[in-house]
Amino acid sequence: MNGLMAGVLYALVALGFVLIFKASGIFNFSQGVMALFAALTLVGIMEGRVPFSHLINAVFGTSVHHFGWNVPAFAAILLTMVVMVGLAWLVNRYIFRHLVGQEPIILFMATIGLAYFLEGFGDIMWGSDIKKLDVGLPQGINSTIDEITYNLLGYGFFIDNLDLWATFVAILLVIALVLFAQYSKHGRAMRAVADDHQAALSVGINLNFIWVMVWSLAGFVALVAGIMWGTKSGVQFSLSLIALKALPVLMLGGFTSIPGAIVGGLIIGVGEKLFEFIVGPMVGGATENWFAYVLALIFLVFRPQGLFGEKIIERV
Amino acid sequence: MFYREAGDFKTSYPEDGQTFPIKLDRFGFYAVVFIGFVIIPFVINDYWVNSVFLPFLIYAIAAIGLNILVGYCGQVSLGTGGFMAVGAYSCYKFMTGLDIWIGGVQYALPPINIFFSVILAGLVTALVGLLFGLPSLRIKGFYLAVATLAAQFFLVWLLNKWAWAYNYSASGQISAPERSMFGVPVTGSNTEPWAVYLFCLVFLTVLALIARNLTRGSIGRKWMAIRDMDIAAEIIGVDPLKAKLSAFAVSSFFIGISGALFFSVYLGAVEVGEVFGINKSFLLLFMVIIGGLGSIFGAFAGAAFLVLLPVFLKNTLVGGLGWPTDLAAHLEFMIVGGLIVTFLVLEPHGLAQLWRVIKEKLRLWPFPH
Repeated sequence: MNGLMAGVLYALVALGFVLIFKASGIFNFSQGVMALFAALTLVGIMEGRVPFSHLINAVFGTSVHHFGWNVPAFAAILLTMVVMVGLAWLVNRYIFRHLVGQEPIILFMATIGLAYFLEGFGDIMWGSDIKKLDVGLPQGINSTIDEITYNLLGYGFFIDNLDLWATFVAILLVIALVLFAQYSKHGRAMRAVADDHQAALSVGINLNFIWVMVWSLAGFVALVAGIMWGTKSGVQFSLSLIALKALPVLMLGGFTSIPGAIVGGLIIGVGEKLFEFIVGPMVGGATENWFAYVLALIFLVFRPQGLFGEKIIERV
Repeated sequence: MFYREAGDFKTSYPEDGQTFPIKLDRFGFYAVVFIGFVIIPFVINDYWVNSVFLPFLIYAIAAIGLNILVGYCGQVSLGTGGFMAVGAYSCYKFMTGLDIWIGGVQYALPPINIFFSVILAGLVTALVGLLFGLPSLRIKGFYLAVATLAAQFFLVWLLNKWAWAYNYSASGQISAPERSMFGVPVTGSNTEPWAVYLFCLVFLTVLALIARNLTRGSIGRKWMAIRDMDIAAEIIGVDPLKAKLSAFAVSSFFIGISGALFFSVYLGAVEVGEVFGINKSFLLLFMVIIGGLGSIFGAFAGAAFLVLLPVFLKNTLVGGLGWPTDLAAHLEFMIVGGLIVTFLVLEPHGLAQLWRVIKEKLRLWPFPH
C-alpha cells in the first residue's frame, strides 16, 4: 500500500512531464526543480520571508530576514501561482521561443540548464535550509481505515491521511486536465500546436499564448506536487530528485499518455517496494535507487514506445 | 592576416592526411605541447595543480570521451558518473592486486603498475559501456538519455554494496596506495606537483590525438552519419550496431581512464556515491555543451571553462567580497544553468564555434575582405 501511495506521487510529477511533452514536444527535465521552486516560494510567501535576503545581507551588510507577517495558505497559493505564471512567461520569452524547431534533444538539454538555473535561483531567493510546509492538509495515520481493515482482515492498514489526500488530489487533477485538453477551446488549441506549429499558426492560434499557458499548467502541476511532497518530507533539495524518479515512470507509461503516467507510476511505486522487500535483503538493500530505471530500461528494449505510447513511426 | 591557410601546399598523401594539415595549426599545436610539457612543470605549485591543472586534465579526458558519444555519435548519455566510478574502482582493483574466485579457489594477481592499471581500467569500463550501450540499438533520443540513468544509479549502487570492489574495507571507501612511475611517486600522499601533472598530461595528449584521428577517419564519419540521421545512415550502409557500440566502447574507455585518474592521482580516496553521483554526469554533459558538441577542441575549452569558473567565483566572491560560501555555490548553479541555456540559444556549437569565428576574423583582419 505504501508503494501504491508513493506511486501516486510519482505519477503526479510525471503528469507535469506528459502535459508539457504533449503540448510542446519539450521533454521538461526541470519539472522536479519547478516543484521545488514552487514549494520554496509558497513557504517563503506564507512565512513572509524577504526574497534574496541572503544576497542583500551579503552585499549591503544588513540583516533582513522576515517582513514580519504571515500570509494565509490560500492567498499564498494564489500568489505562488502568479509567480509560476510569471516564470512561465519568462521561460517562454527568453528560452523556448528562440529554440523553436530545434532538435528535441537540444530542447531537453536546455531544460537541464533551466533546472540548474532554477535550483540556484530558488536557493538564492529563499535560502537553502530545509523548510516546513503546512498548508493545513490533514496528516497522521487515518484511524478510520485502520479500524475498518482491522475489523475486516484482522490487522489494520496504516495509511497516512496525507497520502489519501494526495491520491484524491491526483485523481481530481488528472480528470481536470484530461477534460481541459480534450474539450476546452484552449486545450484543443494546445494539442493542435503540439501536432504541428505551422498548421496551428495558419488557423489563427496564438502560439505564444499557448506556450505560456502550457508552461503555466506545468507550473501548476509542479505546485501541487511541491505541496504534497513538501508537506510530507519538508521542502528541501531532494524534492527535485523526484523528477528523476518520474522519468522511468514516463518511459514505462509512454511519453504521450496521461493514463500511462498513472499506471506507470503505480507499477513503479509498488514494484520498487516489493523488489526491496523480496530481493533487497539478499543484495544489501537500497535497491530503490535504481530499480525503477532498470525496470524501465528492460521494458523499453521490448516495447520502445512504452505501455500506452503512440507507435513511433520514422521516416527518412 | 594572422591566421593563414593559403600557400600551404602538400605534395604527398601522408602530408595531406596529417593530423593538423594547416601549418599554423600545427605550429600552434607544437607550441601548446611544448609549453605543457616543458615549461609548466617547472613553474607550477601544489595549489595550481590541485585546483586547476589536475581537474582540467582529467575532466578534459572525460569530456573528449563524452563528446565522442554525444557530439559525434548523437547518443546522449547521463551515465558518465557511473562509468567514471567503474574506471576508478577497477583501477583500484588492478593497483592493489586483483583477486578472483573461480570454483572456490582464489587466484590473486600481483599489483600492476599504475600506468597499466589505468589503461586496464579503461578497458574494463569500455566493456561495461558496451553492455549499457546495447539498449541504444532499440531506443534513442531522450529515451536513451533516461535509460543511461539506469547505468548511473545501478553502477554507483553496485560499487557501494559490493564489498569485493573495495577490498572489504570497513569504511566502504577506496584509497590509493603509493605507486610510482620510473621511481617517482604519482599516487599516494608523497607526490610532487610536476609528477602528477605530467602523468595526467601524457594520458590526455595521447588520448586527444587518438580521439582526433578516430573522429577524422572512417569510424568517425560513421558516427556522424548515425548522429545526423540513423535510418538514412543505415540505408547507405553504415552498420548501426557497430557504429553505436563502438562509440559507446571508445567513449567509455576515455571516461574510465578519466575516472581512474580522478581517483588515483587527483583525489586519492573516493566514496562512490559522493564523487561519482549524478551531478558529475551533468557537469560533464555541460562541459561538452558549453565547449561545443562534436569538437575535440570544444572538450578542452568546456573543461577549462567549468573548472576555472568555480575557482574564479570562489576567489572573487568568497575571497574578494567576503560572501558566505553557500551563496557563492548557489550563484554558481545559476550561472552554469544560465550559461547552458544562453549557449544553446545563441551559439549551439559552443566555445569551439566562437574559436572558429575568431579564426575567421583573424584571417581577414585588418582588411575588410
